Parts: sequence; structure tokens; C-alpha cells
Amino acid sequence: MDVATESKAARPGATNRIGLEKADYRGRSTTLCQGCGHNSISSQIIAAAYELDLPPERVVKFSGIGCSSKSPAYFLNRSHGFNSLHGRMPALATGAMVANRSLLGIGVSGDGDTASIGLGQFIHFLRRNVPMVYIVENNGVYGLTKGQFSATADRGQVIKRQGENPFLPVDICQIGLDMNCGFIARSFAGDPRQVKELLKAALTFRGTALLDIISPCVTFNNRDESTKSYSWGKEHEAPLHDVTLVPRREEILVDYGPGETTVVELHDGTLLMLRKLERDYDPTDRGAAARLLEESRLNQELATGLLYVHPDQPALQEMLGQVEAPLAGLAEHVLRPDRASLERILSGMK
Amino acid sequence: MNRESPATSLEGQFQSAATPMTNDFSIVVATVNGSGSQTANMAIMRALFRMGIPVSGKNLFPSNIQGLPTWFTIRASERGHLARQPRAQVLVAMNPETFLEDVRQVPPGGACFYADTFTEGLDRPDLAYYPMPVQSLLRQIDPPKELRDYVANMVYVGVVAEMLGIELEAVRQALLTHFQGKAQPVESNMRMVEAAAAWARANLVKSDSFRVEPAKGTEGKILVDGNTAAALGAIYGGVSFAAWYPITPASSLAEALQEYLPELRRDPATGKATYAVVQAEDEMAALGMAVGAGWMGARAMTSTSGPGISLMAEFAGLAFFAEVPVVIWDVQRMGPSTGLPTRVSQGDLLFVRYLGHGDTKHVVLLPGSPTECFEFGWRAFDIAERLQTPVFVLSDLDIGMNLWLTDPFVYPDQGMDRGKVLSSQDLDRLGSFARYRDIDGDGIPYRTLPGNGHPLAAWLARGSGHNEEAQYTERPEEWEQNIERLWRKTESARRYVPAPVADRADGAEVGLIYFGSVDLPLQEARQRLAAGGLGTSSLRLRAVPFREEVESFLRDHPRLIVVEMNTDGQLRQLLQVEYPEHAARLRSLRKNDGLPLTAEWIADGVLGLERG
Repeated sequence: MDVATESKAARPGATNRIGLEKADYRGRSTTLCQGCGHNSISSQIIAAAYELDLPPERVVKFSGIGCSSKSPAYFLNRSHGFNSLHGRMPALATGAMVANRSLLGIGVSGDGDTASIGLGQFIHFLRRNVPMVYIVENNGVYGLTKGQFSATADRGQVIKRQGENPFLPVDICQIGLDMNCGFIARSFAGDPRQVKELLKAALTFRGTALLDIISPCVTFNNRDESTKSYSWGKEHEAPLHDVTLVPRREEILVDYGPGETTVVELHDGTLLMLRKLERDYDPTDRGAAARLLEESRLNQELATGLLYVHPDQPALQEMLGQVEAPLAGLAEHVLRPDRASLERILSGMK
Repeated sequence: MNRESPATSLEGQFQSAATPMTNDFSIVVATVNGSGSQTANMAIMRALFRMGIPVSGKNLFPSNIQGLPTWFTIRASERGHLARQPRAQVLVAMNPETFLEDVRQVPPGGACFYADTFTEGLDRPDLAYYPMPVQSLLRQIDPPKELRDYVANMVYVGVVAEMLGIELEAVRQALLTHFQGKAQPVESNMRMVEAAAAWARANLVKSDSFRVEPAKGTEGKILVDGNTAAALGAIYGGVSFAAWYPITPASSLAEALQEYLPELRRDPATGKATYAVVQAEDEMAALGMAVGAGWMGARAMTSTSGPGISLMAEFAGLAFFAEVPVVIWDVQRMGPSTGLPTRVSQGDLLFVRYLGHGDTKHVVLLPGSPTECFEFGWRAFDIAERLQTPVFVLSDLDIGMNLWLTDPFVYPDQGMDRGKVLSSQDLDRLGSFARYRDIDGDGIPYRTLPGNGHPLAAWLARGSGHNEEAQYTERPEEWEQNIERLWRKTESARRYVPAPVADRADGAEVGLIYFGSVDLPLQEARQRLAAGGLGTSSLRLRAVPFREEVESFLRDHPRLIVVEMNTDGQLRQLLQVEYPEHAARLRSLRKNDGLPLTAEWIADGVLGLERG
């Protein structure tokens, strides 16, 4: 599908506030299927990073294994990245983000990678509040191994070779809520504008920002009745609000009607504007988020947007009490205690 | 060398009660675990150390928290023979459940201290029996209720000290060390020690031949366990990230990191930590976190034992192939499977050497004492960063958890080797960068760290096939080129690992090859063999891959014996693969019963092989 997201600022030759063109955020050519939802998400990551004026060298990319996990090669070529092991992105990213807290992390995983083989690590990652964007490109199916059920497959979902899935799906956002993740969003690859705005909010958030993005697999799970298909998503998507991120510098220009818009101030002063659509929804109310997930499940509705936000939880590095400077960059005289300290310790071993 | 009259009957070669045994005997303390006897055993051991008598302690404990039999053996040896002895001459019996068997194990002429509530097993005419009135002394001293169990054990410290000649002042000093200078617990314990010693002085008559006298055998030495030493080595090696998961017998390594790091590695301005220690959800995650941190440029490590190594296989393979420096301590315990969690073995050597699917080969360091645990603790980071690869350090339960008399740690004598890392300025100068290109011909490529702000710096690490630019490739020639380079790198590793320690005896034809904690019993066995007329040379390996010194040792000794604590003869297998021309001459002497080897067993085994 067409996922072009050209805006005025992104015309050829145009640059963002740090003087980079949008091309500076591109990756290698994708090898995923034509129309794959993951490609759409990669485009929105590029757009979000460009619009947020992120220096790509300050970003690190992570993934596990699977179709989704190939995608870090397809965006931000100028960022370091690690395409790790199946289901093990959380641990690897945890160590990396602790070792250098000055960098901005973007992790891309899939439903098999996160909810099947990696469920344990995923839960502990949330529990530790590792500050990083954690994207689940959720299509309910294994693609690289040519079509098997993942743990987010619908009950009753049909796959050519495996028949009908008898098990209930794992709800990524529900787990996020259980683990008290401070930023939980659900979106749909067929709604690129919302994906981009949520990504920008997630990239600005300090703490784990979880995005469960329904990202249809056009090859193995795009039947109309699948809740992970384009057609189902388009018919059933019910955005909770219109999401707009207002960078700190533009704050004074913002005009919003009271009662119509929920405003969440993020750690760096950025404002997250959530303009009311059809229903009243307070994303700072954890109970409301739980009820919403339950209702969406019962009503077979794809409620998208920022389901829950709680910006003030300490991130892992704060809980560990570590210095602000990257541990990975500490000089030898900081890392190696002096000779006298060793003599002191040895004298206690007699 | 006289091969016609080898030493014989080394087992049970105990002296009779008539011969005074000064500063040369073993004590075994039989208790139940969880009864607080550790402090008492430490007090005896450290007191002997304070008196200048070389001493070792081995805790033979169950995989259990409370209520099962535990034996703590202490060996005093003025000659510095500190391996476990097959049988201890002095029994301190506090456990009624095992008493009859414990008494049976004491060799003729031995001494038996026992809680005076025991009524059976007191009838061996060849032993000296000493009752200990634990309950009445407790009533007399009346310690606070919560300290009662601990103080009860001080009864045997006092009685044994009095009867063997251990100075009470040395006991006090030992307790001061144990309680890190806190006067109050030292005094509550010393009250009982002194009362028990006074009771013994008034009521017991010495009828055995074991005693201690001040000596000068511990000057300049320290008493420490290998896990503490390893943690300190890592700290002086600049560890900045450690992740771990609790497992016996490795937990105390990570716990020592957590004990020492806060005092040694705080930013003076802010008081914040210049390190991070994370207790992971399992060993997969522990190594995964360390690999992430190592990739980022931190000095990263994890510590575990065999079952944890099993879980770490996939990340070990990834780190090998993506070429990420990380240090992995394996404090070996008995396998297979859960095995014997509290007993020693050297059974992980082949497993860690080849850990990972496909053609994976790791650098393995083999410390033989706590002093070497310290040295390899910092050196492992230098080697890992130089080679950009995981470095395993293979300790074991005996080194890791028991107190060893050992040389003081030596402060690192060289600056850190951070390996081939390109800065942003380097990239400006070079104008290009390919992560996996072999510029220097040693198979070791250059890396950039995330956060390097240069537009050329980025690369995508991956466990999948990659070309020199770290891009995915399936082209056969690119795959092969990369694998060949990795092979060259594993060859280059030989130059950076610690050399083996050879001790060649003049004209010796028998060469003994071994590693790790086999050191103590093996060196004692060599002295026994030499006394019996069989001179031997020894080669203690300190790393895999092997350095060239190994081959010359093999060449120079017509008869070779590989001594190790595993069932498959794993070191022998590695040597046979590496040196096929010597393979047939490599004989195996191995034992794997969960206990540290004894000099008697090794000497008998060598003689057995030599007799054919």
C-alpha cells in the first residue's frame, strides 16, 4: 500500500533544524514483501526522526529475529544497531542502554519475537522501565518461516497449513499495563499519521514507550476476517483521540479548547496533545485503560491511540543510581581504583 | 630416577599416636548446615593463619539451607601442603546423626572431640576422646537467644584451641577479621571461647599427639576465596557492567562485586555509581545484557556455573560471531544437568571451549588459585577487548568458595588494553570504515562504538551472515572470507592468553599436565613421588587456545599424564586434537566424585600408570 508521508518540510533539498535531509534518515532498501505493514512503520520512523530533528548518530536500533526484526536495516543508516537473537532483544537492549544512557533507543520486534519466544524477557524489560521505544509490529503470524501462528494470533484465525488456531491471543498492551509501563500505545500501520505522531511522542518519552502496531502480513495473514488484516483494521479502527506532539519551542503557538484536548507534559517540556474524538478518554487513568482493553476485546474494536501514559516513573539507570555520563565512555582513571585501595583491602585478608 | 622402587602404600600413611604431629594434620568439623558453624570454623582457620601456620579449609556442604550434614575440613601444614587429605586425624563431632560414621573415618591414633550428649561410638581404643559440655557451658554463659546457636559452636573452638595449642589471642584476632573489626560480636563469642578453654584446661588431659606451634609460614600471604578475588580483579580491571543470576557456586562472585563496588567506584563529586550491576531474570538475559553493554563499549561481565552456561549458549555464539567483547566466569560445579550443585568438578572445559552451534571457538582462561582469579579478573577484559570476543574464565567450586592461603593480589602492572576502537577523529583521518575488514592481517577488525558521532561510524551488528561492511550477505565467497578471518583471529588469540606454568625436574621423563584447582594436590603428589624416587615435571595450563610452550613440554617428556577432575578426560581430548602427533602418548588420570583431589590419590594413580 502507499505509505508516502511527504510533508512540506520533506521536499527534496529541504532540511530539518539540524540541517539534515530526510534522505539522511533512510536505511537500505527493504527486502520485505510489497505492501508489508512493517515498511510503512519504517517510513514513519524515518519521518518521526526527521521531524524531531534527531541526530541519527544519537540513536541506537535494536531488534530480535523475524520479518519485523530485519527492518532496522531499512531506516536510520547512520545509527548503530544490533539485530540480535530471537526473543532476546530486551536483554541486549537493557545492557546497551545502561552502558550508554545518553543515546536514544528504538527497538523493533514482532509478535512472535515478543509474545512467543521472548515473552519472559519482554515482561522483565517493562518491569525495569528501560528507557527506549519498544515497537511490536504485530501481525499474528510468523512470516520468515512461511506462516505459522504466533502468540497474538486470533482464536479461530485460519492459516493455510495449520488450520484454525484454538488459543486465545496474548494482548501486548494488556501486558504493558500489568507491568506498569508508563507509555502504552496501540496503532495501525494503515494509519500512518497516527503511527508517526505516536512515534514522536514515544521518542520524547523517558521510560519504556511501548507501541503495539497492528502491521498486516500481506502474504500470510491478510484475510478480511483476521483482526491483523488491512481491511479489518480500516473497518474497525476507533481512534481514541487525535494525537499531536508539540515540541517545547512551539508551545506558545498552541491553541486548544479546554475540555476538548488532554495535554500531557513530557519530561523535556514537550506537550502531547490528545484531541478528543468521539468518546471521553483519560489516558492517565490506568483503570480506564484496563476497561478500554476489555471493551475493545469484547466489541471486536481496534481502539488506537495513547492508551496509557504516566511520565514520572524513574527509568532503570536512575534506579541503579549510576552517573549521568555513559558508563561505556568512562576513562581508565575512573574505572580502575587506586593502588592504595587495594592495599587496604588486602590488609583485611590476613 | 629409580623406577624399581616406587613409593608405595601412600593411602593411610598416618603416623602412630606416639609420634608428635606438630603443625601437620587435618581437622574435620562435622555439623549440620544452617547451625552457624561457619564463624567457628573460620575462627579456627584464621587463628592458625595468624600463628603463622599454612592452612586451608574446605567446606563439604549439602545443597540445602538447614539441617543436613556438613563437614568442614581444615588442614594445617607447615610445609605448605594444603590439598584436601583423604582422612582427617582430628574429628570435631557436633552432629549426632553422622557421629558413628564420622568416628569410623578417623585414622588410628586420631583425636575425637564430641558433644557430651553423645553416648555411642565412644569405644575405639585407638582414639583420644574429649567430651565437650556444650549445654552446660551455654547455661553458664547465657548468650542472647538469637546468638545462642552461633555461640554454642564457640565451645568447640575453645576446647580445640586449648587441647591443640591454638593461642586465644590468635582466635580473637581471627574473629576481629571475620567480623570486620566489630568489637561486640567478637566479645560475645570470645566469652564462650575463653570459658570453654578454661573448662578444658581444668577437666581434660591431653592424650593425643596433635599440636600447633607458632611458625613463619604465612608471612606475606592472605586468606581469601576465589570468587571474592575474581570480583576484585574485575573491579580493578574496570568492570562497568555486570549482570548475573543466582546460582551455586557462583553467586558469591556477583555478591562480592556488590559488596566492593560501592566503596571503590563512586563518582567523588556526585556519589553516583560508575558501574551498574543488574540481577537478571535468568542466565540468558544475564549474558544478553552483558553482550549489549560490551557492544556499547562497557567492560561487561557475567558470572555463573554449568547450568547457566547451558542457557548462555545462544548469546555466546552471537557474541563470538558479531565479535563483541564480554567476560563470562564459570565457577564449575558437578554436572551433567543439575548434578551436584555444591560439589566440585572440571567438567565444563570442552563445553565452554566450543559453546555455540556452527564453528564456534572461545578463549578460555584457567586460573589455579584466588591470586590468579584476581589477575585473570582484570586481564580477561583486556583480552576480550583486544580480540573482540567472549572470554570465559573457568574457575571451580573449590577455588571459588573455599578460603585459600595465597599470594597477595598484585595491582595491574599495565594500562588497560581497550583494543582496536576507532574514534570520530580516526574516521575523519581514514575517510572510510568497514567493521569486519582485516586491516592488520591478524583477523582482528576495527570497531566503532555507538555514540561515535561520525556519519561513517554506524554499523548494524548481527548474528546473521555479513560482509566486511556488516551488511547481510548470503554470497558463498563473502561467508567463507569472514569465517576464515574469524579462524585467523582465534589463532591470533594464542598471543594474548596467559602462558602455562612449567616446572621441569632434571631428567624427568614423566610430564604431568593439568589445570585449575588440581594444582595443590598435584604439586604435593610430585613431592611424594620424588621422595619415592620418581621425578616428574609439571605443566599447568592457564588458557585455551594453547601457546607454543605446551608443545615443547609434550615433546620433551616421553611419558605424559593428564590429570583432571572430569570423567571424559576433557583436557586430554583438547590436547589430542591440537597435537595429534602426541595423542597416543597422552595418558589420562581422572577422578570425578565431587571432592577435591588428594595428593595421595594422584601419586598412587601416577604410580599405577607408570607400572602399567
